[in-house]
Amino acid sequence: MKLAIQINEGPYQHQASDSAYQFTRAALAKGHEIFRVFLYHDGVNNATRLAVPPQDDRNITQQWTQLQKEHELDLVVCIAAAQRRGLLDEDEAKRQGKDANNIAEGFRISGLGQLIEAGIEADRLVVFGD
Amino acid sequence: MSTLHTINKSPFDRNSLGSCLRVISDSDAILLIEDGIYAATSGTIFSDVVKAAVQSHSVYVLGPDLSARGMKEDGIVEGVNVVDYEGFVDLVTEYDKTNSWL
Amino acid sequence: MAKKFLFVNRKAPYGTIYALESLEVVLISAAFEQVVSLVFMDDGVYELTRGQKTDAIGMKNFSPTYSALGDYEIKNIYIEKESLEARGLTLDDLQHLVWEDEDDDWAEKDSIHLVSSKELASIMADQEVIITF
Repeated sequence: MKLAIQINEGPYQHQASDSAYQFTRAALAKGHEIFRVFLYHDGVNNATRLAVPPQDDRNITQQWTQLQKEHELDLVVCIAAAQRRGLLDEDEAKRQGKDANNIAEGFRISGLGQLIEAGIEADRLVVFGD
Repeated sequence: MSTLHTINKSPFDRNSLGSCLRVISDSDAILLIEDGIYAATSGTIFSDVVKAAVQSHSVYVLGPDLSARGMKEDGIVEGVNVVDYEGFVDLVTEYDKTNSWL
Repeated sequence: MAKKFLFVNRKAPYGTIYALESLEVVLISAAFEQVVSLVFMDDGVYELTRGQKTDAIGMKNFSPTYSALGDYEIKNIYIEKESLEARGLTLDDLQHLVWEDEDDDWAEKDSIHLVSSKELASIMADQEVIITF
């Protein structure tokens, strides 16, 4: 089955991203297709490559990047939510005249329409948040 | 169309379980995850609510979230079924849609 | 085939960003020609109160945007009666949202429907995608 995931909270503060990660891994292991993982609200913060969690803790962003590589996941960061919260890729940093970007490998920034499209295209949408 | 309702809030903190129960349909199920699992533990002031819910709906609790919080599978309200993440995935596919009560 | 999308609003405005960002999702969804309905229940009913003035908290008052929903062809807006009553409110305390019916000489019609929990249950059961904020 084709599943879509929405994550509404950032890493560490809430369990949402961890739950979504465990769910996504289990779904992939069962042979389901993950149509898209959409990061919204503070969920966009899962895409920063600048976080330095303690070494004995999980690195949530790296876990997603790794899973993306293994399964060619479509990890989408909502542009409107990202702009508010200072999440930028190279193009967006240039366009906004910012001196840096911070999106981790494997994530892409796109519009809110990608969430609606996921709702249309996927058989199920599962939302994780606060 | 059937719905899997997920609840991730402790009933002692927020009333999402109560809100869900107000608008749940007969063919729907509930899955308690994250802090929502505390609703499944027996001997609380919400145990009767969950016991009643079990009479009319399938109620599940996510085992990994139970264990993480030191809650035992034999200490949950009778009739609540424990599932792991694989079971979570199966429930999502089994029901026509999911409603996450955030 | 258009899908039936339902956005369930359960959070009060300003205290958190959910109400504002859920409205942004709703407006975008209108461009996809799906069947879009909204529910306001629990603290979500506070999103629609009249007379919001945010100057003194330094935040943007986004409540006028709800009156544009009709222009986006969003005309099924359900308010849960139990949530409204629990908060000591009536429909008169909320914005009056309307849409213009092209087939009826652009007559203004109510978008807001007051429904009981029971009625809401069957409305929710009928949906294909539900996103709750």
